[in-house]
Amino acid sequence: MTDTLMSLEDALAAFDPAMGLEVHVELNTATKMFCGCPTEFGAEPNTQTCPTCLGLPGSMPVVNGKAVESAIRIGLALNCEIAEWCRFARKNYFYPDMPKNFQTSQYDEPICFEGWLDVEVDGETYRVGIERAHMEEDTGKSLHVGTSGRIQGADYSLVDYNRAGIPLIEIVTKPITGTREKAPAVARAYVAALRDILLALGVSDVRMEQGSLRCDVNLSLSPRDSGTLDTPLGTRTETKNVNSLRSVERAATYEIQRQAALLAEGGSILQETRHWHEDTGVTTSGREKSDAEDYRYFPEPDLVPVAPAREWVEELRTTLPEDPREKRARLQAEWGFTDLEMRDVVAAGAVPHIEETIAAGTSAQAARKWWLSELARRANEQAVDIGELPITPAQVARIQALVDDGSINDKLARQVFDGVLAGEGEPDEVIAARGLAIVSDEGALGEAVDRAIEANPDVADKIRDGKVAAAGALIGAVMKDMRGQADAGRVRELILEKLA
Amino acid sequence: MPPTTGSGRAEITRDEVRHLADLARIDLDDAELDHLAPQLSVILDSVASIAEVAADEIPPTSHAITLTNVFRDDVVVPSLTAEEALRGAPAQEQQRFEVPRILGDEQ
Amino acid sequence: MITRTAADLADALAAGETTSVDLTRAHLDRIAEVDGGIHAFLHVDEEGALAQAAESDARRAAGEPASPLDGVPIAVKDVLATRGLPTTCGSKILEGWIPPYDATVIERLRAAGLPILGKTNMDEFAMGSSTEHSAYGPTHNPWDPERIPGGSGGGSAAAVAAFEAPLALGTDTGGSIRQPGAVTGTVGVKPTYGGISRYGLVAMANSLDQVGPVTRSVLDSALLHEVIGGHDPRDSTSIDQPLPGLVDAARRGASGDLTGVRIGVVKELSGEGYQAGVQQRFDEAVQLLVGAGAEVVEVSCPHFVHALAAYYLIMPIEASSNLARFDAMRYGLRVAPAGIDDPSAEQVMRATREAGFGDEVKRRIIIGTYALSSGYYDAYYGQAQKVRTLISRDFEAAFAQVDVLASPTSPTTAFKIGEKLDDPLAMYLNDVATIPANLAGVPGISVPAGLAPEDGLPVGLQFLAPALADDRVYRVGAAAEALLEKQWGAPLLDRLPEVATK
Repeated sequence: MTDTLMSLEDALAAFDPAMGLEVHVELNTATKMFCGCPTEFGAEPNTQTCPTCLGLPGSMPVVNGKAVESAIRIGLALNCEIAEWCRFARKNYFYPDMPKNFQTSQYDEPICFEGWLDVEVDGETYRVGIERAHMEEDTGKSLHVGTSGRIQGADYSLVDYNRAGIPLIEIVTKPITGTREKAPAVARAYVAALRDILLALGVSDVRMEQGSLRCDVNLSLSPRDSGTLDTPLGTRTETKNVNSLRSVERAATYEIQRQAALLAEGGSILQETRHWHEDTGVTTSGREKSDAEDYRYFPEPDLVPVAPAREWVEELRTTLPEDPREKRARLQAEWGFTDLEMRDVVAAGAVPHIEETIAAGTSAQAARKWWLSELARRANEQAVDIGELPITPAQVARIQALVDDGSINDKLARQVFDGVLAGEGEPDEVIAARGLAIVSDEGALGEAVDRAIEANPDVADKIRDGKVAAAGALIGAVMKDMRGQADAGRVRELILEKLA
Repeated sequence: MPPTTGSGRAEITRDEVRHLADLARIDLDDAELDHLAPQLSVILDSVASIAEVAADEIPPTSHAITLTNVFRDDVVVPSLTAEEALRGAPAQEQQRFEVPRILGDEQ
Repeated sequence: MITRTAADLADALAAGETTSVDLTRAHLDRIAEVDGGIHAFLHVDEEGALAQAAESDARRAAGEPASPLDGVPIAVKDVLATRGLPTTCGSKILEGWIPPYDATVIERLRAAGLPILGKTNMDEFAMGSSTEHSAYGPTHNPWDPERIPGGSGGGSAAAVAAFEAPLALGTDTGGSIRQPGAVTGTVGVKPTYGGISRYGLVAMANSLDQVGPVTRSVLDSALLHEVIGGHDPRDSTSIDQPLPGLVDAARRGASGDLTGVRIGVVKELSGEGYQAGVQQRFDEAVQLLVGAGAEVVEVSCPHFVHALAAYYLIMPIEASSNLARFDAMRYGLRVAPAGIDDPSAEQVMRATREAGFGDEVKRRIIIGTYALSSGYYDAYYGQAQKVRTLISRDFEAAFAQVDVLASPTSPTTAFKIGEKLDDPLAMYLNDVATIPANLAGVPGISVPAGLAPEDGLPVGLQFLAPALADDRVYRVGAAAEALLEKQWGAPLLDRLPEVATK
């Protein structure tokens, strides 16, 4: 059953969206949140468990100090207050991937709260309020065995508890309102900015496609201009499975359109959890989410309070990386980009990639060119974020270096990108395998020029008469002959020499 | 606030017991529901006295001790082997715990 | 030999008068003889215990005993995880579960060289005061097999009372070491909360549970306490301070001199509700202490009357969450619901928990779930935590006046099996004198005070001390023990009627 959608324009004319973004960050600590099991990805199933993360009777948790440190640094980077005293709490519910059938999390005493993050969209700044950031643990992972591999219709499931107990930080925004038609872009910009901060802090790999950064998009609509802040926010839905920056923007857009259409018909929004499907571009109904999901929270009695000393907090504050906006201003100046150019770079989430490419020896403009035109185009084609493309900044730098030293030209470079992205190997390997190097052998070039001159006598005459501009046609012929593997500048020189 | 009858007795109905058993994932049969509800009411009644005892300004005590900041270093400790972890499993397949089909979505 | 104290046996081992293998064999024989009637043990590890005993003898022969108690066998309450030995917690839901790890206290026993005879019976998941709620049948009091041995640790107490083991480990959440101690004529100690590691103790109420010694003498308890106690980094609630000298305190107390020691008799823990003979023996014991130089005054702890209510909220609340993990997915019982062809995980969970948990456990899970459910948190848990504060303050005020508090351990002697089973509230009242110590986290000991005249059954005398002052309960407990045994001419257990053998 497909949803009716209102056009985005109409929807935003009639309604104001309010959004709440919940982001879960997997920390890159060496061990789990409450035990010393390793966190390395990809191990054989159930080889990274112990009595504690398996929830065996009698086991007890002990807090990972490094995770607390990361939580505080994240909070500081988000301009949060750090709790003077807080506790862990049990969130009680039953699910086979939860070894204890409660999650040890934080409830009404999060370690970080009342912060903000400024994000820029199309030159305007939006301040996203941060409600809280708290520590919790991840669950095990289930494989659903049956015809579809999906949970619905599965015959049974197989559970691996290696990931049970991995440290997570949950970051929750305050309702984001007043963004109007920029709402989806603001949501995406927020997640991108958050991701950059987490990367700069070095606390997580933040790879959305791997699940180390997960985003849930909460969205509700209220009638537009219905009396400013006094209007209660409408019923909201929560959309999960939002696994990329693109998905954040598209899912938010979709929900605005879907909810608007429903409300316009006089229907009402079901408070529920929905799933985003990147392939089909829709959200589908999941579980009905009752606010009355009774988690029966109470403070975790096997743990003692966390009371970070103010000296420790201040010490951690000195380890924070540069403020992202200051950093972007500095980089823009260093790179010599215009405001528009920098904005595009930020919007594409390309700042870290360009940074690294420059660090590998490329000029800022060249780095920008490749990431924003060539690679961004391909990312769009494949419906992924540029960071998900199988190419590294070092490889991009190498390709540009080969253009700079004349080994290849721009056009050939594009073919090298093809090769690297297709997994054919390093740029040099691709060039060798595909035979893409520019021919610098003067003899071969000269012969090609001779052939072109012979095949195009009229053009040759014109050049002899002084119409140098006509050389273009001959250059084209030579390049075709050489399958593009020639330096156009040198070809032109040779042509003019021979026809002088 | 917890429900009380007119006389101030805390009371728990059979339906409430069933709802609580649902929350606790226990399949109580009718006989047990009949049997438990009055027993639970009596117990709750006796503990309801707690409501009047402490004035608002009394702070709660969750532990007899006042420890804070007990942390562990972020250093790997050897895990159980998969065999040890799975040894008690009622069913297993492919080195994973085999569980019956799960209804509903993951959290 | 089996009637001797562990300290004596340790001396005998050190002097070469016996070997650990002989000692262990003697106890295994005793178990085989009497446990059919007593049913203190759920599992006996004959092979393992003898192997451990042999290792002990080898160490001793090499001149390297691992500890003062090396080679003295011990029984362990089935609520503690023991690698390779079943750990059922007295429940069907864990029938046959063999943990892949040892509790910290078990690791310490092994490191100290004590052979583990087996696992003892208990009320299911430690919920009870009579061991009648074990899914494997009750344990019988060695003093009278028609009577309960107390609970939840009735198995450990009965094993020690019947000379099946010289030492045992128990756990105490609301009196589950001390009350069985009282009704079986043995010694039981609950340490200061956090004094002994809970890692590997299957949790009932995390903020109340503690492991403790179950023995026939105060010195034995002190020796055992020093083996298993102390900080454990795997237990975040364990105290990060060295233990005070407990064995020293027990030896000092054994002189019987209590000059200058101030003892407070808790007004709220006597009188109405206390069996006449229990009160009498208690009063007589207190007089003995006065004769030994102690200053005895009456103190009032007015909020103790709310202790039972606070306990029967806090404990089910924590337990209801702790027991959620028993869901048939990873270990333990798995039961398929009747009449359903292709049950879901949810249905299997529900059917398993229904079949695997006994009545008392279900009652407490339901109460705990109720008390935590939305809207009720403040009224129940919140209030109970406040009562806890008030009770702690009562203790503080009392300890400002006196060094230790005294009371009868249990309001009655051992009642008959089946007598209180249908009346949960009546059952809960057995803990009225022991519960306050768990709520406040203070240490307590129960020592035998004699036999009640009306029924000839053991009466227990309880001492409580401030948190971290465990040495005080050992000193005063040892003194009381010495004075009473002097009066009796022999330990109380000498009067144990002959236990039926096979």
